[in-house]
Amino acid sequence: MTDVTIIGAGVTGSAIARELSRYDLEITVLEKESDVCEGTSKANSGIVHSGYDAKPGTLKAKFNVEGNRLIHELSPLLDFPFRENGSLVLALEEEGRVGLEELLERGQKNGVPGLRIIERDELKTLEPNVSDSAVCALFAPTGGIVCPFNMNIAFAENAADNGVSFSFDTEVISIEKKTDEGGGTYYHLETSKGTEDTRLLINAAGVYADVFHNMVSEKKIHITPRKGQYVLMDKTAGEYVSHTLFQLPTKLGKGILVTPTVHGNLMVGPTAENCEDPEDTSTTADGLETVLSRGAFSVESLPRMIITSFAGLRAHEDGGDFIIGEACDAPGFIDAAGIESPGLTAAPAIGVYVADIVRNILKPEEKKDFIQVRKGIPSMALSSDEEKAALIAEDPSYAHVICRCELVTEGEIRNAITRTLGATTVDGVKRRTRAGMGRCQAGFCLARTIPILAQLLGKSEEEIEKSGSGSYYVRGNIGDDL
Amino acid sequence: MKRDLVIIGGGPAGLAAAVSARKEGLEDILIIERDIRLGGILNQCIHNGFGLHTFKEELTGPEYADRFIRQVEEAKIPYLLDTMAVDVSYDEKNGEKIITAMNSEDGLFTINARAVILAMGCRERPRGALNIPGYRPAGIYSAGTAQYYVNMEGRMPGKRVVILGSGDIGLIMARRMTCEGAKVLCVAELQPYSGGLKRNIVQCLDDFGIPLLLSHTVVDIKGKRRVEGVTIAEVDENRKPIPGSEVFYECDTLLLSCGLIPENELSKGLGVNINPVTGGALVNESLETSIPGVYACGNVLHVHDLVDYVSGEASDAGRNAARYIAGNASDAEGYVIRIKTENGVRYSVPSVVRTGLMPDTLTVRFRVGNEYRDKNLVVYLDGKQLMKLPKRIMAPGEMEQIILVKSKALEIISASDMADHELVIRVEDK
Repeated sequence: MTDVTIIGAGVTGSAIARELSRYDLEITVLEKESDVCEGTSKANSGIVHSGYDAKPGTLKAKFNVEGNRLIHELSPLLDFPFRENGSLVLALEEEGRVGLEELLERGQKNGVPGLRIIERDELKTLEPNVSDSAVCALFAPTGGIVCPFNMNIAFAENAADNGVSFSFDTEVISIEKKTDEGGGTYYHLETSKGTEDTRLLINAAGVYADVFHNMVSEKKIHITPRKGQYVLMDKTAGEYVSHTLFQLPTKLGKGILVTPTVHGNLMVGPTAENCEDPEDTSTTADGLETVLSRGAFSVESLPRMIITSFAGLRAHEDGGDFIIGEACDAPGFIDAAGIESPGLTAAPAIGVYVADIVRNILKPEEKKDFIQVRKGIPSMALSSDEEKAALIAEDPSYAHVICRCELVTEGEIRNAITRTLGATTVDGVKRRTRAGMGRCQAGFCLARTIPILAQLLGKSEEEIEKSGSGSYYVRGNIGDDL
Repeated sequence: MKRDLVIIGGGPAGLAAAVSARKEGLEDILIIERDIRLGGILNQCIHNGFGLHTFKEELTGPEYADRFIRQVEEAKIPYLLDTMAVDVSYDEKNGEKIITAMNSEDGLFTINARAVILAMGCRERPRGALNIPGYRPAGIYSAGTAQYYVNMEGRMPGKRVVILGSGDIGLIMARRMTCEGAKVLCVAELQPYSGGLKRNIVQCLDDFGIPLLLSHTVVDIKGKRRVEGVTIAEVDENRKPIPGSEVFYECDTLLLSCGLIPENELSKGLGVNINPVTGGALVNESLETSIPGVYACGNVLHVHDLVDYVSGEASDAGRNAARYIAGNASDAEGYVIRIKTENGVRYSVPSVVRTGLMPDTLTVRFRVGNEYRDKNLVVYLDGKQLMKLPKRIMAPGEMEQIILVKSKALEIISASDMADHELVIRVEDK
């Protein structure tokens, strides 16, 4: 019997796993995809919200502010890219001032540090390309930008380094609440890879969290996948703005943000569209047009150097707040459900909170040898010449460039594949190293990355996939009967 | 390391530049190539049709490259393979260019050069830049990536194929995939005219019965893991999809051949002025960029249709760089002519001519922005008509050129009372 099973290796599940790995517990993470960070966690704004947005008293407010503080603390410890670039909420008409004052008050109640309203002149100084129609703005200095992939990956790797086991391509099919001989509750899981019994079950299943919750609880919840489409611009447009520019929500709906990414691209989005299909991550012509036309309100002349577009699904629960805690009629079944924005920011705080619940139930011993530091993959692109030379001296494959656009070397890719919870897919390499994330979008490096994966994983190139079952690239050799 | 001339890129442009610089008497040359062999993209272009202008015979890409590689080998011009130039900077004090490069053997190193030739080529426009909506599964390749797979690796990227864009590589790959047993369903082209050479349409599509759908584009991609199909719609005169015209094509592969982008990240880092129309450097008659002693040629300068023209242009760049190093490139005497393109002509290479350094005849290359039938191409110098060339057809997919004769230009300029000299190239009605 496993002590704790977590469904979902997204940022929430991984953050919980990392916090729980401090204790002497047998922990398993089940993930239906082939890698960590394959759902909502990989397709979002990558924003570390300061916390003025959520209504005071909600779980969103509580975990946002605490999560923001924790990310500041964890970024150097777990070696994931984070930058406190500050956020600005723009009032694009004078009537918006009231809305900003409401946000300011809300933020102060939520305990957000440093919030203030700035006038046009200061705004223009902070952000020279801001729209001329911006009247004033709420400045949130603790807002930031993070690499959502590497934060998620860092949590998971660190959890795995501390003994948590991750099982990929493992879909949970059914959950049964059972009682053992001593009268204690446990859960029996049927998965695509067999069965599993677990003392505690944590539901961090993103857009599927309602399905699992409703398998064990009579108090039903309902999640709507809410699509957000984004457009990502070339790095030459990356310095067009330096802060994250939000628009004050108007009668036209929630605004579109324009932000630099932590890697130096410019990103615009998202839309908010309710979907029926929890797998529908397709973009639409209308959606992308909406992003570009409404994003353009925030700045004087929105660059159009698009390198890619994508869509993610937020897990929106009908109640509008996170659902975190033990289900009232299913002891030992702990929800971390309805995790939509500011979920990425909140994740580390949710991790701590859920770990506390587990600690109170199982009363585990704290490990003496808990490893709290994780070292990421060295980045040649971000290294100084001295650091580059040192990396190459240690491993000459750090001088062999595979991805030209993002300057990613063979050494980095090999590191990504061979490390803890290493990449097994092309997307896995991409999210860990940025190979293929540049302006040519893997046109050059794809055919050079696949052989490295094949070699290190002992597979044929035909078996190497983009992101899991069926996403093959190569169909066979020329001359084969296809 | 110190070098007189460093050539960045060992493709057709870099090779021809090196050979020509050596012929001009320059000894100290180094070619830096990022791939594991010289020849660049020609290595994967195994079809024929190369060299008709340069060698008066039909060669395959590797054969064409080999002609130049042999000359480089015979001239004992040194080159570094599998080596990536990661930065180029300019020291204004001594005029030196500092190239930072790396490879697994030598690690990270710098070279101080007196002159640099930028010959990095171009890359393909990716799906993202086209903003095609839909899913993002495996099975969407640029035509060049597919070509690499089939011709260099001997592997098939798919078996039922739709191609978006009628650029030359897409047309070539339509034929290539068909010959290897794949079914190419169609080539869709957003514009009302093809982006590729007429001869490729005939030899690669018509001869194989592959339909070319002009004024059509991909409006949706289906398939979460691997491409399962694409939806193609007709577009109106504003290139907007016409509702109701959508047709679904079941396929496992989408190839993109929607334009090439000069790969000028190093040039931009160096501070070279870029022409926003071509995406390549702004150059003068010597193919010298805004930084003295830095030259550009081939597809990094502007995208060519034929490698023969790349070789010619690169030979000029190589010769001019050698003269610069020899100290024979001062432009004390002469006039400065700015070239203005308008009325259908999108850009020109070069964009400025210093008559002091102009050869007796100078080739000016350019492209038009639309398809034109039965028009005149007219060139004015200081308001005087210099030439008027009747053209049966001009299209964006075919590069145009004019030859400027120095003596004629000087004759007009010396009689002109204009302070700033201007050459205008434009399309006019007959």
